[in-house]
This record gives sequence, structure tokens and C-alpha cells, in this order.
Amino acid sequence: MKKEQVRIGFYVCHCGHNIASVVDCKAVAEYVAKLPGVVVSRDYKYMCSDPGQELIINDIKEHKLNRIVVASCSPLLHEHTFRTATEKGGLNPFLCQMVNIREHNSWVHTDREAATLKAKELARAAVHRVMFHRELETKKVPITPAVMVVGGGIAGIHAALTLANAGKKVYLVEREPTIGGHMAKFDKTFPTLDCAACILTPKMSEVASHPNITLWTYSEVVKVEGFVGNYKITVKHKPRYIIEDLCVGCGECINKCVYKDPRFPDEFNEGLGKRKPIYLPFPQATPQVVLIDPEVCLKLKTGKCKQTCLEGCQDRKAIDFNQKERFSEVQVGAVIIATGFKTFDAKRIPQYGYGKYPNVFTALEVERMVNASGPTNGHVVLRDGREPKSIGIIHCVGSRDKKTNKYCSRVCCMYSLKLAHLLKEHTNAEVYNFYIDMRTPGKAYEEFYDKLLNEGVHFIRGRVGEVTDWAYAPGEEGKLVIRVEDTLAGFVRRIPVDMVVLATGLEPQPDAADVQRMFNMSCGSEGFFLERHPKLAPVNTFTDGIFLAGCCQGPKDIPDTVAQAGAAAAEALVLIDKGFIEQEPNTAFVREEDCSGCKSCISLCPYSAITFNETKKKAEINEALCKGCGTCVASCPSGSIVQRLFEDEEIFSEIEGLLVDSANGKNFAGQSSGEKRAEVMAK
Amino acid sequence: MKYCYYPGCSVKGTGRAYEESLLAVLNALGIEYEELEDWNCCGATAYMAMDEIKSCVLAARNIALAEKAGYTEIMAPCSACYLVLNKSLRYMESSKPVAETVNKALATANLKISKKIKVRHPLDIILNDYGLDRLKKAVKRPLKEFKVAPYYGCQIIRPYSTFDDQYNPTSMDKILTALGATVVEFPLKTRCCGSSLTGTLPEPGLLCAYIILREALRRGANVISTGCSLCQFNLDGYHDKIEKKWEPVRIPTLYFTQLIGLALGIDEQTLGIHRCIVPLSATIGQPVNS
Amino acid sequence: MHELVRTIKYEADRVPGFGEEIKSVPGCENLQSCIQCGTCSGMCPLSIYMDYTPRQIIELVRSDFKNEVLKSYTIWLCASCYVCTVECPREVHITDIMYELKQRAIHEGYYPKRFPIPVLAREFFRMVFKYGRVTENFLATTMMLKSNWKGVFSSWKLGLKLISTGRFPFKKEEIKRKDELQKILSTVDKLSIDMLGGISHLGNGTKKSNNNHNNHH
Repeated sequence: MKKEQVRIGFYVCHCGHNIASVVDCKAVAEYVAKLPGVVVSRDYKYMCSDPGQELIINDIKEHKLNRIVVASCSPLLHEHTFRTATEKGGLNPFLCQMVNIREHNSWVHTDREAATLKAKELARAAVHRVMFHRELETKKVPITPAVMVVGGGIAGIHAALTLANAGKKVYLVEREPTIGGHMAKFDKTFPTLDCAACILTPKMSEVASHPNITLWTYSEVVKVEGFVGNYKITVKHKPRYIIEDLCVGCGECINKCVYKDPRFPDEFNEGLGKRKPIYLPFPQATPQVVLIDPEVCLKLKTGKCKQTCLEGCQDRKAIDFNQKERFSEVQVGAVIIATGFKTFDAKRIPQYGYGKYPNVFTALEVERMVNASGPTNGHVVLRDGREPKSIGIIHCVGSRDKKTNKYCSRVCCMYSLKLAHLLKEHTNAEVYNFYIDMRTPGKAYEEFYDKLLNEGVHFIRGRVGEVTDWAYAPGEEGKLVIRVEDTLAGFVRRIPVDMVVLATGLEPQPDAADVQRMFNMSCGSEGFFLERHPKLAPVNTFTDGIFLAGCCQGPKDIPDTVAQAGAAAAEALVLIDKGFIEQEPNTAFVREEDCSGCKSCISLCPYSAITFNETKKKAEINEALCKGCGTCVASCPSGSIVQRLFEDEEIFSEIEGLLVDSANGKNFAGQSSGEKRAEVMAK
Repeated sequence: MKYCYYPGCSVKGTGRAYEESLLAVLNALGIEYEELEDWNCCGATAYMAMDEIKSCVLAARNIALAEKAGYTEIMAPCSACYLVLNKSLRYMESSKPVAETVNKALATANLKISKKIKVRHPLDIILNDYGLDRLKKAVKRPLKEFKVAPYYGCQIIRPYSTFDDQYNPTSMDKILTALGATVVEFPLKTRCCGSSLTGTLPEPGLLCAYIILREALRRGANVISTGCSLCQFNLDGYHDKIEKKWEPVRIPTLYFTQLIGLALGIDEQTLGIHRCIVPLSATIGQPVNS
Repeated sequence: MHELVRTIKYEADRVPGFGEEIKSVPGCENLQSCIQCGTCSGMCPLSIYMDYTPRQIIELVRSDFKNEVLKSYTIWLCASCYVCTVECPREVHITDIMYELKQRAIHEGYYPKRFPIPVLAREFFRMVFKYGRVTENFLATTMMLKSNWKGVFSSWKLGLKLISTGRFPFKKEEIKRKDELQKILSTVDKLSIDMLGGISHLGNGTKKSNNNHNNHH
């Protein structure tokens, strides 16, 4: 740079009112015009707009500029915009430097004089820095044309099918022995009252038979290495003790099991039903393969069993008690996280009596009861088998409550209305819904509420504080009493019911923190995975190449889940179809002649990008893996590691620019701005 | 450790039996205590209704006196005193101007609050400090025929619950079981007894007491155990009025310390059993300890 | 014949600033977060006797309807059992707000003259100031005489029972250093003005609102 004269173009943006209301932009432009090396100094209302960018492009050509400084918003927003404009003007884009006088200045200060001075100083620092910028090239890194979808609920299924139908290779990894997620447990879905299984199972079987989808169930991701476009993921396959390819799902082994009757709580039916140690999770499980629970299977626990299941399997010989867990390693370019939610544990609110009073149920338990293929064949009954004559549905269990979860779980009002309808259909009971607000925002949702109002369901606006069994008035003996303020009518009521249904809210999965760490994502304060921007980037995360779909990002209903899954698939397609990503050239490299071979840097690199060349006895950095964090640069004792865009000269001159003595206007060398300017212009 | 014993005004009056039985039990178990010298009224709910800073200051004087005398833990048997003392401590912790005002006011008497002092309830001390195992060993006369409804009341459980669950407390349950008594399933453990309303606005206040007494009988209890002098008074003293308004619900209400005392073999006179308006003999046949 | 009553509230019926005043007391800030769910009223054992339920009181306070609130029966019926505060999903300290309202009602005289509860509070206050402790039987008797002296006749049976079981001591309870306590309490008045700022809710030992509309009963 010493050879050519620097000719700097400086632009300060008003950003409408955002910057100009606090910082005097004209004054900043006038001040910077007098700084060394500055040829053009302008202020403009919206630099990121087309005319704003045109200013840069034209000035480069007209004034033969060779450096650009833009003082405006955060580089996170428009660094790319201004670098592109610089490039259009014919300069290398990395000769452009941005100064943040919005997020770092006008948005956090109110004192106009002090903020303007700060803007001037920051601009001055950037002007000094940009003199030492070099021309750099971005690197193109190829993207592996495959996607992994983690989670096989409706979100994961839809995303996988979309990508597979676009011709891309998809690995669908699901932790449970079958895909389907929570939707497979529902009876009917709101507001259309479609049968959940009827709309879900065709998609499930499409997944199973799609040539582009590798379906791994009963499997979990255990290790993630790499970066966007080049992920190397290790998946653990838990042992079913069944050889998947040989099993046809006939179920003969289950019939022949030494346990004549099912005896163990059935997870799919929320513990209401029973199963045997060898079982199929539910009739439409995909893949149609049984599995054996090693905790209760006699052969696996004790080694002593007649193993009559083998007879059932006959010639297929699909049962293998010696199966061990396996691992697979795959390379993918992008990952879609669709790990779903878990329901709020109603035991955390002892006031509602779940677990204490037998006839208090959660919504999911009732959903299974109402389902014709559920544990009671569609009959809604109390624990002792009687039919309930009165049912109370309590909304907002675990939601909208500072003591449990502050947020609204979004779907509970709708599913409570749905359950009210189904309960009215299946029983002759009086149904009461106790709510705080009736939240029915979606398409056809308000109409659904109207339908319910006309079905004779009692709606009482009042949050239930507790469910008790102490009776006061006649008719309350032996029942569960709900004492609530009917806020709309304006008095307190005691309502005895036979059965209480708790509309439990949605929560993140219990291991969300582990998944978050593995994929280098962030979580919000409630524990759901954090999207890059709540309005404009709801499926991206802050890590390139990792996308979110479904309730793992926040509670939502099925239509929104499917929409989001499609969006995530589209974002993944963008990456894969482009085929490469441009990597920012802020990587580090080793100046071989200065490297002493001390190896301090190698273990410090968080991306394992540095290796030691035994022949040369020097450290070498793999620039494809380098993310430009700067750790090795700072640690190198001999100062032989250099980072592009953050070279020593650039940083020191930026500091020098900041520390110019504002009182007498002289820098460390005792030069005033004018003197320094003359020196720079003369070179 | 020696506990600073803060009696409160009611145990010197209508709650005499509470103090008598508590002190007898503490002596029998070997728990050391000493009454706070020149303690003043905590203010209870009435002072809060007049001025919360003055209420805080009233409580603070006692805590400061305890600090001056070198105590680190105060034992407050009356639930209202327990709550007011704890609330004042928290109020001072949460608001610096309040803490400064209180300390400035106390300074006029050369008192201050500078150390952390804990205010504890005898239930907490007996369960957690003394321990159930030791208590079981000290039982001489197991309370086999007693079916007890444990009634905690509200002030020791809400709004601060330092030693027990707010919704379903079990500290008294555990102690009673250790004494050999049967604890009945009682859903109204923490429902308000009516507080001072039984004296000022009888109808709502008595209804609260009636509901508790009725449910205790329905659950099969033959005695109610309580840890607050006002609760005991409300459940014990108004049976005539309750019978007139609704129905007879005669069941004796004893302090849990009286029950511990009976199990330890202490005689009824010392424990103040004769001070109950509904006598113990109304449901438990013979005298327990003469 | 049922008498028709017209109830419409105009903006002039509000006392602007009342809600802010209550909110500014430490501990009562969450008042604004109330979602009117009704849990407090549903759990309150006394709400069935109240003219305005606790939930309604919060709404009235928020909307500055001072007269309706301070004239209500509700604030006297609150037994401060704290169920509402503990169960509130927005952590509104309803019991503390009730205490604030009681204080203002007492100091501004918003209740019938011989209403027992504020009479009890005042007598309690006086007895503690004078003697440092409370002698229950004297307090109860004084309260009854000053509020509903006929109550003495209905309570004589209870009185006798208390005497016979030794729960009616005739000795006056008092502390030794009475003047010390009185000095401490009097200092609070002065300090409240100096340190806790203004007369808006603390000062001169009286609770005064900034606006004194219609403070008679």
C-alpha cells in the first residue's frame, strides 16, 4: 500500500431517523473530509438503497477511489451489500470497511454531542485501518448434496419428502422405533376433524418406500463434525434385537411370546394400555418391524426363556438376541432439525391432582382413549370402567404461568375444543371447558369455536385453581369438585365432575440442550431452538446449514408445522442446488519463515484446522476448516500466524486512529491530522 | 445450639397451652432455648393494615434484640409471628430504602440488624434439627388410638415456604406418624380458618372454621392437630355458634406440641390439655396421661 | 317493586393516579400484568362473601376507580391467607395490595363508623404503641364495645369458658422499655417523609392519596 496513494471514499448514512436523530451526520462527513487519505466524504439518507450504492459505484470510477468506508448499520446486515457495491465499482470488495454507528452508537445513546463525537472517532479509526486493507478472494467450498433430517414427526416427514421429491438424498433419523411423532397418537385433528392417522399414514409409507430416503428409526445422532456444506455425522442405531430387513411385521412372534397377556405399560398409549416385551408400537408403525424391550424381555434380562417367539418367526429368522448397537457415519451438506416437543408433566402442578386422584387425565391420555385403536377401543371411561356423566376440561395447564411456563402453548385451546366435541360424541356427559382466553386464530378456527358453542358444551371463563375431593353441597360426594370464579357471570361456582381433563402445554424435549450443543445452535429462554430472526428468518439458525422445522422451534399446530417444514426444505435446497458456498476470506495462515515449530497453536484450534508438518517442522492451517476465530493468531509466541482482514497493521492503525489526541489533534508521532494527511498524500 | 424463643402475645393469653406444651416438649427433648428479653408484639395482621413500615419496625426490634443477645436463630411458635418476622426480613432485603429507614429508626434505641438471623417454626426445628429418628426413640406412649387430621393453617406455608411444600405440606404428618398416631388423608390442610374474622365478621369466619371441622370428622379423624394459636382458637372456641348455624361438629383441636408431649409421657396438666374448650375426652375415651 | 339502579361509570368517576400510587409501593408492581384469569377469586375462601371479588378489585385499582375499591367490603373480608398470591400465574401480590387498600381506607375514613375490623386494627395499633404488647381479652372487649357492643352479650358464654380454662388472663401484658419502642415508632414517621419520598404513600404516619375526592362515608 505504500506504493500506491490511498484514495478513500467515506460515506455516512442517515438511515432515515435511526442514525440522524442522534448523530449529526453532516458534521461527521465534514470532519472526515479533512482526514488523511480521504478524497470524497458524503452523507446520504439511505446508503443501502440503490441510489446510495450508485454513489459508491460512481465515485470509485469518477474519483479513482481505491478504498471505501461506510459508516452506517451493523455489518451483519449490510456488509455484503456494500462489498458488492464496491465490487460493481471495479474494486476488490474487501477494500471496503464498515463502521457501525447505529447499533453501537445512535441506538444506544441519547446525548447528541457525545454520540456525534463518538461517530467521528469511530470513522477516523476505520479510515486509518482501511489504508492497510489488501485485495482478497473468497473461497468456494463445495456442498455435499445430501440432507439429514433429525426427527420423524410430521415436520421431519414433510421436509424429507419435499427434499426427496426434488431429487436429493435424505437421511431421516428418528429416535423412536417408528416415525409419526405425536400426530400418530391423535384421533382427529382440528378444525376439519380429519382422522390423524388417515392423513398421516400415506405420508409415512411414502417415506418408507421413497428411493431417495434412507429411513433410520430407533436411531440417534451422537456426533456432529464439520461445517456448512460438509457435515460428518455419526448416527447410533439402537438394537431392536430384530433384523429389520427380514421382519415383515406379521406379529406371530408377539402371539407366541411366553407372556400370554400383555403386562407392561404401553408408551404409545400413554401408559393406559399394556404390551408384551416383544411388540409393535402401533398397528401402522413405520417401518412395520417389531422390537424387543430389553428391560422386560426374559431372555435378554435373565437369559432363561423358552424363546417361543422364535417359533412364531419360523423360517424368516428375523429375531437376533445378540444384536448390538451399530454406528453409521454419513456426509451431508445441510441438516434440518425437527425433533418436536414433549407435553408438560401435569404432576408439576399438584393442585390439579394428577397422579393423586385417579380420574384426572391429561389431554393426550384422553386422545388415546377416544381413538378407536386405543387402549379402550374408543370408549371413554373412568379408571374403574364407568362412563363419566360430567367432564371438566381445564385449559392452560403449565402455560401462561410464571411458575411453570410463561408462554402460551398455542394449540391447547383448539385441542380442548376438539376434545370437548369428541367427548360429547363418545359419551352423554356434560362437558365443561374452563379457560382464561379462547385462542382460535387460525383459518376456520373461530368457526370451529362457534360450532362447539352450539353443541351444548359449557364454557366458563375462569382459571381453575384446584381440583379437590372435599364435598360441601349435596351431589358433590364422590366426585371431583372444581371451584372456579365464573368471571363473565361474576360469581364463584362449585362444579362437581366425574372426570377432569388437563390441557397440558407444549415444552421443548428434555434433551434439547444436548441437541443444541451438538449442532451448535442457540436456545431461547424457554428452551426452544432459536431462529435467526423471529420474523424474517424463522427456519434458519445462527449456524449456516442447520435449519429448524416444527415444534422444536416453538409450539405450533399442524398446518404451521407443515408450512415450516416446507420452508426449511426450501432453504436446504438453496444450499444444495447452488452446489457451493462462498467462504469469507478471514482465514489464518502461517508465515513459514517465522514459525518456530512450537506447536502451541495446534491444540488450541476449536475446529482442528491446524496440523504439524513433520517434514518441514512447521504448523500448517487447512483454510477450508478455518473459521477465522483468531485464537491461534493471538496465541502464537513468534507472531508468525496472520489472519486476513485482521492483520496486525490493520488493527494497530485502527487503534492509532482512535487514540489521536482530540485536544490538540495530534497522533502519537506528534503529527496533526493535516500533517498526517499531507504525508500520506505525498507517498 | 440455643434458640431464641419468641412467644408472641397470643401464647401468653388464649394460646397458653401452646407455650406450656411447647416448653415442656423442648425441655423433655433437651432442646435449649431462652425467651427473648423484653420482646414486643410483632404486629400480626392488624399492624400491616395500618402501616407496613411500622409493622416492619416492630418486628425488626425483636430481631435486633435477638442479634444483640447473640442469637442466630429465633423460634416463633405462633404462625402469624413467624410470618411477620420473616416478611419483615424479606421486605428489608428487597428494598434498600426500607432497610435504611428501619435501621435508622432502630438506631434511636441503639439497635441494628446487621447479621443474618433465621426465624424458624418449631415444626421445622423438631423435624429437621432434632430429627424423626431421635423423636421416635423418645416416644414412651405411642398415640395408637389417635386419628389425627393435620391442620397447618396458612401463615407457616404461605407465601414463604422454607421448610415444607406449599400445597401439600407433610412436616406435621411426619412428626405425628413418628408418634405412633394415624394421620388421616385431609385435603384442607392449608385452608384458611377464618383468622380474626370469626370475632369481627362472624358469618364468613365461622363458615371457614365449620368447613375444616366437618371435613376432619368426615375423614375419620378424632382429633385435629394445629400449630397456630389463632387456628386453635377458631377451631376450638366457637362450637356453640357453629352448632346453632349448621350442625354439631365436636372434635377436639390440640396443638401438635401437646400431642408430642402426650407421646413423650408428659402429664396432661403440664401440657395444658385441660385448657381445650372441646375436651380431648369428647372423642378419645380415657385420659391419655394423668 | 324492584328499584331500578343506573350504573354507568364515566371517566369523571375515576381518580387518576390511584392505580399508579398502588403500583409504586414495593411489591405491588406486578399489578399491571394481571390477565383477569380469576384464579385468586376461585381459590379465595372468603370470595363468596365479597361484593367485588379479588380479581375485580385488581381491575378497579388498575382503572383508578378508587371510591368503589375503598368503599367495598372486600378489603375487610381479606383474611390474608395468601392463597391468591401463591396461586396467581402472573405473581401479582394480591394480599399486599389488599393491605395497601386497607391502610388507605383506614386513614381516609372509607368505612362505616363502628365497623369492627378497622376498629380492631386501630385499637391493636394503639395498644401496641402504648404497652408494646397486646392483651387479647382487653383488646377483644374494647373492640366489641367500640363497634358492636351487643356482641358482648352474645360472647359472654365464650368469655366464661375462656376464664374457666385459664385462657383469659387479667394481667396486662407490657414490655419494660416502652418509651424505647415509642421512640422507634415515632421516628418512622419522620423518616418516611425524608427517606421514602413524599407524602404520596408514606408520611406523617398517615396514608394519604394524592387526590382526595369524596373521602367521606
